Amino acid sequence: MKRGASIWAWVILIIGLLYFFIPLIATFEFSLRAIKGRYSFEAYRLAFMDPAFVRNFGYSLMWCVLTIIGSLALVVPAAYWVHLRMPRLRPVVEFVTLMPFVVPAVVLTFGLIRLYGAPPIVLIGSPILLIAGYVVLSLPYMYRAVDTGLRAIDVRTLTEAALSLGAGWGTILFRVIFPNLRVALLSGVFLTFAIVMGEFTFASLLSWPAFGPYMEEIGAMRAYTPQALALVSFGLTWGSIGLIQWLGRGVPGQGQVAGAH
Amino acid sequence: MAPESSIRNDSLSTTQGDAQPARPPGLRPGWKDWIGVVPFFAFAVFFLFLPSMSIVYRSFESPQHTFTLDNVIAIFTERSLINAYTASLKISLITAAGGAVFGFLLAYAVIMGGLPRAIRTFLTTFSGVASNFAGVPLAFAFIATIGNAGLITRWLESVLGFDIHQTGFTIYSIWGLSIVYMYFQFPLMVLIMAPALDGLRREWREACENLGGNSYHYWRFIALPILLPSLLGTAILLFGNAFGAYATAYAFSGSFINLVTILIGAQIQGDVLYNPGLGNALALGMIVIMSLSMAGYSWLQQRTARWVR
Repeated sequence: MKRGASIWAWVILIIGLLYFFIPLIATFEFSLRAIKGRYSFEAYRLAFMDPAFVRNFGYSLMWCVLTIIGSLALVVPAAYWVHLRMPRLRPVVEFVTLMPFVVPAVVLTFGLIRLYGAPPIVLIGSPILLIAGYVVLSLPYMYRAVDTGLRAIDVRTLTEAALSLGAGWGTILFRVIFPNLRVALLSGVFLTFAIVMGEFTFASLLSWPAFGPYMEEIGAMRAYTPQALALVSFGLTWGSIGLIQWLGRGVPGQGQVAGAH
Repeated sequence: MAPESSIRNDSLSTTQGDAQPARPPGLRPGWKDWIGVVPFFAFAVFFLFLPSMSIVYRSFESPQHTFTLDNVIAIFTERSLINAYTASLKISLITAAGGAVFGFLLAYAVIMGGLPRAIRTFLTTFSGVASNFAGVPLAFAFIATIGNAGLITRWLESVLGFDIHQTGFTIYSIWGLSIVYMYFQFPLMVLIMAPALDGLRREWREACENLGGNSYHYWRFIALPILLPSLLGTAILLFGNAFGAYATAYAFSGSFINLVTILIGAQIQGDVLYNPGLGNALALGMIVIMSLSMAGYSWLQQRTARWVR
């Protein structure tokens, strides 16, 4: 095998880095041009001073928290149960968690609106559909994170040991299993946070206030603030992914960050 | 109890080294087994399967609530629907192929090219971020880069005196949007191919050389056949990734480019096709294409698992 870096490897790397960074640099430069003739942070001031920004950002945070609770409540028991009791259900559960790739967000929204917009069950007007959509989006990431975590520990032995010491199921989950899954759960949580925080499709089509639709609205109205918001959003994504990788360091197979849109 | 099942029970308890009665009471099998998975499946039924099934059902329903094939036929005959599918397929194929090739080259350069180790860690983190950086902010980033007043556009004009618009090129086109999509496409390829490339053992190359093979033989008969399933599988994943994207396209070009997702979005906000059935058929086509690509992906995934771990 060749030793030392070859020129073509550097060339490809540099092209890749240029493609990665030029849009970010351009966005930053653009966001500084709010005042004609000189660079300033005026666009950021305008962005953060807007009461609508705070309101929509707050809504997105709330959707994030609700989604994370919902996703954890559904995925953790299911994944745990599949590991412990019903390994035969694994392919079915995995199939379900892959469904979001088969039914894209816009198609799912379409189906949800048509199905729950008219009797017998009307859910339009309550945020249930929005949260449900977000939980669906988070399923693949949450399930894979939890599943990887469960594979790394001996669930059965831990559970049996706890049971024979007289622990109830609540104690087992909260004091035995969860602490062992800390890294996996946090990866799922931060990834869900990164996905939901800037999400546009569900919030916009279901007409709920959120950071994503707000950004799009500002994009249609103002010139430089959208780029400031884009960088804020990029910072959030970077922070979440960075945290996941920092948490998962040294733990093989964890810190799953790949995903689809 | 049938003799067969009692034998199975015996062998089970011996392999597990634990007789049934000795088990703690909580682990006895029964209907309670389902408690942990019921909420999960109930959720999946109500918010994934029923909505999808209702789309399938309504695609075959006429306004008079009778069975009809008109909506499905319209996908292949109605101009606006054909255009939408053509545009969506085009952009998905372009960015899947482009993302796969460039992502593979980048992953290869970083893993096999002998670059410093730190670059690899950095690139993995960055790919994780970039592959999740889609939607509205990504569109804004590229408007600031290649838009009318974008950095690159201005730079081309002022430094090279080259007005990109005189060439008839507009970023609000399939190619323009492809450039944007590539930003989340090829990092995904890097993330998936890096571990696959790690799986290529040095011994295989040495074995090839010992048998008198050169680089061509190594790639043609060893590396490529091993990598091909995961390469193609990931390309399919990228295809689906682009095919289902909505937010990025919407924020970038509004309704300039009539992708299937954009059309479905418009249909949700107001019946732009003037026929609810058509909207359902449009969505159905999307589900069918995505199902096929996921099926292809998992088939290739199983072939990958043989060699690359």
